[in-house]
Amino acid sequence: MLIKRPRPGDTARIAPSEITPERVYVSRRELLQGALALGAGAAAPALALGATQRSLQFARNGRYSTDEKLTSYEDITTYNNFYEFGTAKGAPAANSGRFKSMPWSIGIAGEAEVTGTFSLEDLLEPHALEERIYRMRCVEAWSMVIPWVGVPLGAVLKRFKPTSKAKYVAFKTVLRPDEMPGQRSRVLAWPYVEGLRIDEAMHPLSLLAVGLYGKTLLNQNGAPLRLVVPWKYGFKGIKSIVEIRFTERQPPTSWNLSAPHEYGFYANVNPNVDHPRWSQARERRIGGGLFDSRVPTLMFNGYEQEVASLYAGMDLAKYY
Amino acid sequence: MPPHLVRRFIKPLLFLLCLVPFLSVVWRALELGGTDLGANPVEAVQDTFGQWGLRFLVITLAITPLRDWFNAPWLVMLRRMLGLFAFAYVLLHFLTWLLLDQGLYWSGILADIAKRPFITIGFAALLMLVPLAVTSTNKMMRRLGKRWKSLHRLVYLISLLAVWHYYWQVKADVREPLVYATIVAVLLGWRAFKAARRSHARTASSLGRVRDGSERA
Repeated sequence: MLIKRPRPGDTARIAPSEITPERVYVSRRELLQGALALGAGAAAPALALGATQRSLQFARNGRYSTDEKLTSYEDITTYNNFYEFGTAKGAPAANSGRFKSMPWSIGIAGEAEVTGTFSLEDLLEPHALEERIYRMRCVEAWSMVIPWVGVPLGAVLKRFKPTSKAKYVAFKTVLRPDEMPGQRSRVLAWPYVEGLRIDEAMHPLSLLAVGLYGKTLLNQNGAPLRLVVPWKYGFKGIKSIVEIRFTERQPPTSWNLSAPHEYGFYANVNPNVDHPRWSQARERRIGGGLFDSRVPTLMFNGYEQEVASLYAGMDLAKYY
Repeated sequence: MPPHLVRRFIKPLLFLLCLVPFLSVVWRALELGGTDLGANPVEAVQDTFGQWGLRFLVITLAITPLRDWFNAPWLVMLRRMLGLFAFAYVLLHFLTWLLLDQGLYWSGILADIAKRPFITIGFAALLMLVPLAVTSTNKMMRRLGKRWKSLHRLVYLISLLAVWHYYWQVKADVREPLVYATIVAVLLGWRAFKAARRSHARTASSLGRVRDGSERA
């Protein structure tokens, strides 16, 4: 299997990311010794980080990482679906320069004992950052392998003590048409909203990401905080999150509102349930070049063993 | 515009111009001059060819209205070449899908053509273009006589299918497909308007004759 299973003494093993040929990544890794913590503003000049980008200090989580070849940093940061900055794949990288991801705060609301507005730093402070190398499968039948840096979503959510009424978790992207030119046209109903069932949100694979390739997220990747749910199609991974709300009812989700027959609430990667307009059986791995062939898509994007039990007894063709 | 000027200068120049989108793809595929096809080269090639196939269809369809509006009969001399470029780019678009994207994975290809409406109509449009390309020679024009014109009116349906194919392919941002739809609607609308005017003129003139007759009586 492609997923590393936990083994005794696992921590001593070499993480897949360490053997990646990605040059930038390795050089960053070497420089990171004696590194900078989140919140420390200074960036090592040799890293050629963007103006607002910082290096992150984190531990590798081999348990939840794949050892597949990483997609290049360039491809991950130039080929994006982030309609808030435009609908072309290159638009988010081209049009997100004016977006300000610092300072940032997140509202916690709904069915929980602790609610309120928290700065990003306060939200993350109690948690150790982890690196996890996940496959990312877009509903458009392409995929990447991305070394995310983040914190387990479940651990963050638990701090707010969701009540027994909290059956779902709803997420909202920031609404800033001045900084997000895509929000000036009604391609989707803004702000973007997403949601998970509470058990999906609490699943150890669900991640709140703040970085990738060891650096804070660029705007086009959803800075400063985004969701990563690797067994679901990429559009579930809501970006630039400003609100997390615990709800009793299933919350609305943007693509489902836009085209309910095409995009469901669950949006689990499933090669057997086709999108009405294209097959989901195979996918194109980004970075493969002109003559690279598609590869078969795996059930739950290859995370079947971890997540299949969440959907026991459910008709996945109905709950797509 | 004198015909020999069109033949000797404008047509060869336009031929080279029509090759530019193809050459730009080759240029980027070879990564010349620091260019490349981006993170998803197969998609980039397929989209470029598809876009130009649609553009050339629209340009070809525009020849007749432009001739009428600007009183430029010489434009018609360029129409066959533009139509054949439309066919060439649509064919390249299809072959990119077949060979590079699907990698001749026949079960997937056949299922897509049969089950995915946007692929079905795109494929139908391609099939309909084939007889038009085959009968584009002078010899075939002579051989088909009056039927040639009727056959080549298929391009109206093909253009509609091509726009529809594009409209159905995009996920949410339908603005660009709608621009094409509007242009095609205007180009086909002009033809419908002309046809209506002609038939109205015929009716009016025959009515006129009757009226004239009765007035004289």
